[in-house]
Amino acid sequence: MTNPYRLENVGFINRDKKISFKFNGKEYFGFKGDTLASALLSNGIHLVGRSFKYHRPRGFFGAGVDEPNAKVQIELNGYSEPNVNATEIELVEGISATSQNCWPSVNFDIGAINNLLNRFFPAGFYYKTFMWPKSFWYKIYEPFIRKAAGLGVASIEKDNERYEHKYEYCDLLVTGSGPAGLASAFSAAKSGARVILVEDKPMFGGSLLTDDVTIDNLSGKEWANKIISELESMPNVITRKRSQVFGYYDHNMVAMFERTGDHLNNKSKYTPRQRLWYIRAKEVILSTGSIERPIVFGNNDTPGIFLSSGAKEYLKLYGVLVGKKPLIFTNNDSAYETAIEFKKNGISPIILDTRENHESDLINESKNLGIEIKFNYAVIAAHGYKKVNSATIGKLNNSKTGFENKEKINCDCICVSGFWTPSVHLASQSGNKLKYDKDLDAFIPNVSKQNEVSVGAANGTFNLKETIKNGFQKGSSLSQKVTGKEVNLPVPQTNEKKHGKHDKFWCVPLPKGNNYKRFVDFQNDVAVSDIELALREGYRSIEHVKRYTTLGMATDQGKTSNLNGLQLVSNIENKIVPEVGHTTFRPPFTPVTIGAIVGRETGHHYMPTRKSPMHKWHKDNNAVFVDAGVWLRPRYYKVGNETLQDAAKREAENVRKNVGVCDVTTLGKIDIKGPDSAEFLNRVYTNAWLKLPVGKARYGLMLREDGMLLDDGTTTRISENHYHMTTTTAQAANVLTHLEYYLQVVWPELKVNVVSSTEQWAGAAIAGPKSRDLLSKLLPTEDVTNDGFAFMHYKEVDFFGVKARLFRISFSGELAYEINVPSDSGLFLWEKIIEVGKNFNLQPYGTEALSTLRIEMGHVAGPELDGRTIPSDLSLDGMISKKKDFIGKRSLSKKDFIKPERQKIVGIVPVDKKTSIPEGSHLVDDKNFKLPAKKLGHVSSSCWSVEYNNPFSLAIVAGGKTMIGKKLFAVAPLKTSSIEVEVVSSHYVDPKGERVRS
Amino acid sequence: MLHIKCPYCGLRSQKEFSYGGDANVKRPKLNAEVTDKEWDDFVYMRKSPKGHHLELWHHTSGCRQWIKVKRDTITHEIYQTAKIEEQIS
Ligand SMILES: [Zn+2]
Repeated sequence: MTNPYRLENVGFINRDKKISFKFNGKEYFGFKGDTLASALLSNGIHLVGRSFKYHRPRGFFGAGVDEPNAKVQIELNGYSEPNVNATEIELVEGISATSQNCWPSVNFDIGAINNLLNRFFPAGFYYKTFMWPKSFWYKIYEPFIRKAAGLGVASIEKDNERYEHKYEYCDLLVTGSGPAGLASAFSAAKSGARVILVEDKPMFGGSLLTDDVTIDNLSGKEWANKIISELESMPNVITRKRSQVFGYYDHNMVAMFERTGDHLNNKSKYTPRQRLWYIRAKEVILSTGSIERPIVFGNNDTPGIFLSSGAKEYLKLYGVLVGKKPLIFTNNDSAYETAIEFKKNGISPIILDTRENHESDLINESKNLGIEIKFNYAVIAAHGYKKVNSATIGKLNNSKTGFENKEKINCDCICVSGFWTPSVHLASQSGNKLKYDKDLDAFIPNVSKQNEVSVGAANGTFNLKETIKNGFQKGSSLSQKVTGKEVNLPVPQTNEKKHGKHDKFWCVPLPKGNNYKRFVDFQNDVAVSDIELALREGYRSIEHVKRYTTLGMATDQGKTSNLNGLQLVSNIENKIVPEVGHTTFRPPFTPVTIGAIVGRETGHHYMPTRKSPMHKWHKDNNAVFVDAGVWLRPRYYKVGNETLQDAAKREAENVRKNVGVCDVTTLGKIDIKGPDSAEFLNRVYTNAWLKLPVGKARYGLMLREDGMLLDDGTTTRISENHYHMTTTTAQAANVLTHLEYYLQVVWPELKVNVVSSTEQWAGAAIAGPKSRDLLSKLLPTEDVTNDGFAFMHYKEVDFFGVKARLFRISFSGELAYEINVPSDSGLFLWEKIIEVGKNFNLQPYGTEALSTLRIEMGHVAGPELDGRTIPSDLSLDGMISKKKDFIGKRSLSKKDFIKPERQKIVGIVPVDKKTSIPEGSHLVDDKNFKLPAKKLGHVSSSCWSVEYNNPFSLAIVAGGKTMIGKKLFAVAPLKTSSIEVEVVSSHYVDPKGERVRS
Repeated sequence: MLHIKCPYCGLRSQKEFSYGGDANVKRPKLNAEVTDKEWDDFVYMRKSPKGHHLELWHHTSGCRQWIKVKRDTITHEIYQTAKIEEQIS
């Protein structure tokens, strides 16, 4: 079996390695080195998908990143990926591709009826058609648009592939390995600069692989190989194939997408599928080449119509003929190269040239080969539904606005060339102000904002010798800035074909009576008529025309359509193109997978996970963990078949009745030292700190300057000029930054130093009526009586030979202590407490029981300190010093902060004493409220009170304590619950705080 | 992504820094009599200049120093960076 459209002995594929693959369920084969596109074309498959709006049959148009049509869904190694460019994906064994955007199949597509109804789908149809009535959105318009307009299907399975990120720094980054890139990289590398040279294709060489040129008597490919092998042997050079620079960001940061594993069949476990590079380059050379521009004509989207450069690439790289009866339609000389390649391989093309009797080397060569050339001719329209089978051509009149004659000729492909557009995308992204070149009829880079320069076709230089010369110069001069070394490489002897001038002709007029669709943007189905309509309707700015017609807005970003769109607008508006301007070029230049953007930061690796030194014990004892900031904390310790609620209740009850132990290592800790520490704390906290004696702890509130609570915690005076501050687990990092700001920026005169000591200390809280008895056994030589070690006292103790810090502080509202030891001794501390605690019915408790204990005591935490509450909102007025100033104090006297109707903290209990109130419920006073209802407040924290054995919640309610005794309704529309509640005091248990002092 | 020269550590990626707002904002002195308007201006009101902007950045994932950065808000060019106690023109 052979590929019917494959030539023998032409191309760079490996004919010894056959690869079988599937397309729309049917099995085909190609060779190693093929792309999916070249393999399909070698089998004569042209129909690859349906268009976005009209569901017209579409085939391949280009051979690389410029491809607008051939987007397929790929299945390989268990993953499914939509919108993959068939012209870029390398053929690997077992790959399965399917057409997108067609249902039920690419050959019979129900949506194609849109093509018959196309007068209903003009420019702006989204805006016009789906406007009214509003109620139609959900049931009719949205499902219709989703079904009809979807591209591929995103997988909902977990992506098991490996993706990586890499950071790299270099003196010179060269993007593109055609003659410009190779020459630049080579001379820069010779000067000793650190060079990165990247190429998006699987082979280096760019246009040298397909152009019929010689350099120093070597073919383009041979010269490229010679340069590359020398570059690859140099230690200061990194080369990367299959790598697309897709974004140019500030300060010469570029982002690159590398396909590291897509082409491998049995890649090892740790070989990533794709890699995202962040490259910080001192200088960047943009040698991105150019993209061929189409000419717009009737039915120009029919499968079998190619860019002439694409047809040449299929032939020269892969030995594939895109047709055996080609029609070449051009306004310039480069399409003649394609015609000559066909002819050399035994195929006779016909050339239609819009120019009048032009003369050039290439034209003469074509004539000598006996190729038929029709000057002053254009393709009016292509014919054939799923594949071109003929074309109506005609001789243009003098003004090229109509035709002198028309005839129909047979053909099986049309190769079109409308000259070249420099790839200025990255230059424009970098901030380069482009200018319009009237000779090239295209934009080229002009004034750089960052350290970048374009060389070769990307800069509008299409001459090989000039390109290599410029590359040598630029590579040398840019690297000289870094290395100080000048390199003068001799410009090689080149042999290339001279090109004549192109014709400024890009849109074939419609003969009277014909209404062929002439497409400008294939991927978004934008036709000439759509652009004309947008202008008739008054759109003028090119940015508006773009959005209204969706020109250039598809995944190919209008690589082949933008300039033709601008040209049309300029023709209709009677403006020159630079007056019309161009739309913004934005990253990414080509699509990048979400997997590559995410990289390794997925699942557990999304954030670093911190574990306390006691983690192993928790795990061994059936702890169920919860993420608390960056920490993993035990939520509860599961016994038997307990639910979360059962366990939290058991653990909390045991604290109230006996004694419990909780791992509090995760609490933020900040070490504060220096002679002005007391003064600093006095400014940072809302209460007084100057007179706190050594060996005592104090509870403090911290505000932001706008008066809102930032954090709370206890701080202990360890010695005269040394304090130990604790913060909540969640705010630890923010509080440190806050303190550093005031010390470094606002009050640099204060002699204070702060440093995080969170990781240095492991902590265990023992809480409950039996905690003192337990402590006396843990610290037999210490006086832990109420008189000897009172509430809010601190001392340094010896814990079985470990130097420890003992605090009498309480979060649970019970008699409680906290012991800190250096982290390395954390597990020892914990296991010792568990061991000795056995005699006191000690049980470990997790964060859920911890919450229960603090909520029923009315102690505030994160849900109440939500950035919207001031101290008086949480009944913490007593913590506000009247005598001194502190951060945020001035805000507290503002009008809105003292008005009585502010929402303040209360407790609420369901009237039935049974139904738990969802956190986040809104409080209203009317059971039969109608939306929008007046919200009186919200439920911040909920628990099952172990003291009263019924649900209890904290809430922030307008009127605060004045509402106690009132009945309200807690409504949670998402849970469709409405619960009658009674307002009570927020201090539900032990309102006088006697237990902690007992 | 910006490349910021920390006066203590050298050129580092923006990823290591946190933005800290306008460096010209002066906090009223402690215990000073301040009108509501003056206080609101300090707490809330910030200019959004086009072009030169003197701002604070915190080298959060580095030396943890607050630094001054003179930056162009349009081009993102950084003209100068300095320690907090240094003057910047
Ligand atoms: Zn630094």
